[in-house]
Amino acid sequence: MGALAQAEAYDAEREARAEERARELLRTCVNAEDWATYETHGLIRVYPQANRRPTERPRDTAPTHAYLIYPHKPIVAYVIESGRLLGEYCVAFGSPRLPASDDVLAKWLALTGDERGLLASARVHPVGRQIDPRRVRRDLERLARWQEKPGR
Amino acid sequence: MRLLALRPGHGEVLIAEGDVADAEQEQALTAAFRAQLELGMWAAVPLSEPDGRRAAELVKSFDQVPRDADRVIFFPRAAGG
Repeated sequence: MGALAQAEAYDAEREARAEERARELLRTCVNAEDWATYETHGLIRVYPQANRRPTERPRDTAPTHAYLIYPHKPIVAYVIESGRLLGEYCVAFGSPRLPASDDVLAKWLALTGDERGLLASARVHPVGRQIDPRRVRRDLERLARWQEKPGR
Repeated sequence: MRLLALRPGHGEVLIAEGDVADAEQEQALTAAFRAQLELGMWAAVPLSEPDGRRAAELVKSFDQVPRDADRVIFFPRAAGG
């Protein structure tokens, strides 16, 4: 398809409706905390213990790392205690792109459903290739401050 | 049970809907499920616990879908971006 045909095929209202539907579906899949995080900060944090099935016993040890899911950006892994950034996991779910919130949902489904499988299919890079590490550090700081806010 | 697929430009699309307790509807759901996998989609069942924790279970056949699941979400297979 040529660039002009592609431009003609783009329908801004349809895309906006698609994103609205995607946000609603995402809201019904994640918990209230994750949804509030997404609404406020535009990202979702996933801890590896979410990778077990609900019928399984919780892990005895606390997770040492976590992931940040951004729409249409790589998944970022970091060390919870120190905030050290571990890497970018670049994954794409088909082409053309899904609505932003469907992209987040696809990452969340795959990461919580099969963490190892998803990461094995990703291209791994040091943080900085697609996401500015300063932005990620700012997001982590904002998340920490936000979580400490009473009555949020 | 509803089978939903994430589609570029559309959000989720309802692929099939039916009652797994009804043999005919279960067959239709199974066929629709298989067709999505043949298109290269991944299938996930969103799950929740009373403690509020949420996660998903990736499934590769309709037999793996919990009988009480209310929806299965199909999305394009992940590839290195």
